[in-house]
Amino acid sequence: MQPQMVMYDEEFQQISAVCERLAREANAKIVFLVDKNGQLIASVGATENLDTTSLASLTAGNIAATGGLAKLIGEKEFSILFHEGEKDNLHISIIGGRVILVVIFDTRSSLGLVRLRVKKASDELNKIFDGLMKKVQVPGAGSPFAEITDDDIDNLFSE
Amino acid sequence: MSFINYSSREINCKIVYYGPGLCGKTTNLQYIYANTNQAAKGKMISLATETERTLFFDFLPLSLGEIRGFKTRFHLYTVPGQVFYDASRKLILKGVDGVVFVADSQIERTEANVESVENLRTNLGEQGYDLDKIPYVIQYNKRDLPNAASLEELQNLLNPRGVPHFEAVAPKGEGVYETLKAIAKLILTELKKGT
Repeated sequence: MQPQMVMYDEEFQQISAVCERLAREANAKIVFLVDKNGQLIASVGATENLDTTSLASLTAGNIAATGGLAKLIGEKEFSILFHEGEKDNLHISIIGGRVILVVIFDTRSSLGLVRLRVKKASDELNKIFDGLMKKVQVPGAGSPFAEITDDDIDNLFSE
Repeated sequence: MSFINYSSREINCKIVYYGPGLCGKTTNLQYIYANTNQAAKGKMISLATETERTLFFDFLPLSLGEIRGFKTRFHLYTVPGQVFYDASRKLILKGVDGVVFVADSQIERTEANVESVENLRTNLGEQGYDLDKIPYVIQYNKRDLPNAASLEELQNLLNPRGVPHFEAVAPKGEGVYETLKAIAKLILTELKKGT
């Protein structure tokens, strides 16, 4: 079973900063991070007209399906996927085996440049997530939901 | 597993609708989608074949409101019900917080229901989950059909653990929200325990 995913403000700022720099240095349109269960962690760039929730869910499904394919041919997983479109392209990579980094780019960039920048950003993101996982495992880190009452839960459904 | 985001003050949970082929999993999601106000829902995605059979999954994000300043968001997924899509079903159970088993009440589908629950137990086990421990509710769908088995029979067969169960007619919405509320409640109660 995967450990509980938690995100704090401090790490979120660090992660966003890395994604923003990646978008800039790779000339990308959009960069976003998703966990393997399909939850969106962060997104930067021209996301206004984009359904990021759906993108996150489908990306995770895509990674899961290709992971299934990988196992069938004796691989652990495919760590990089690339989808080429007429205008826009998707570069998807798995970071530290736990989160998915997606870069959307067009002709203003190139696959080579994106791969190069993604590699650098992956190392940095990996370090941040390592720290985050340690923080989560500290006893007493606790869930913010530990103190909610049954009434709180009922109120959610009262209307 | 749920995803708690202190930065955006959100909590995200994943609910999977499981069950045999043509039992009404997608219909449940379609009803919820059609009857939830715009602000509370995202886009519904269906990865289906040309004949509208679910190929990989349906996906519907829902917001249920706030608890102690945290927005609660639920991601609803269905699995493909047909037996030969087992590889896909396993993938969708990854990171699940709660399961709704949609049973087809028709007597002819008894065996398919039993097989599907067994399949659910096996596939959950492979991900390290125990069906007897995770938030789990059962919906007996198609109660309006003349060939529906009795509730008692279905309960004996499919619900030995005595989890919350609901009778439903999904296309009309009967029992659909009740089922969703029950599983959401169980998930939040589980979070409260801080597992």
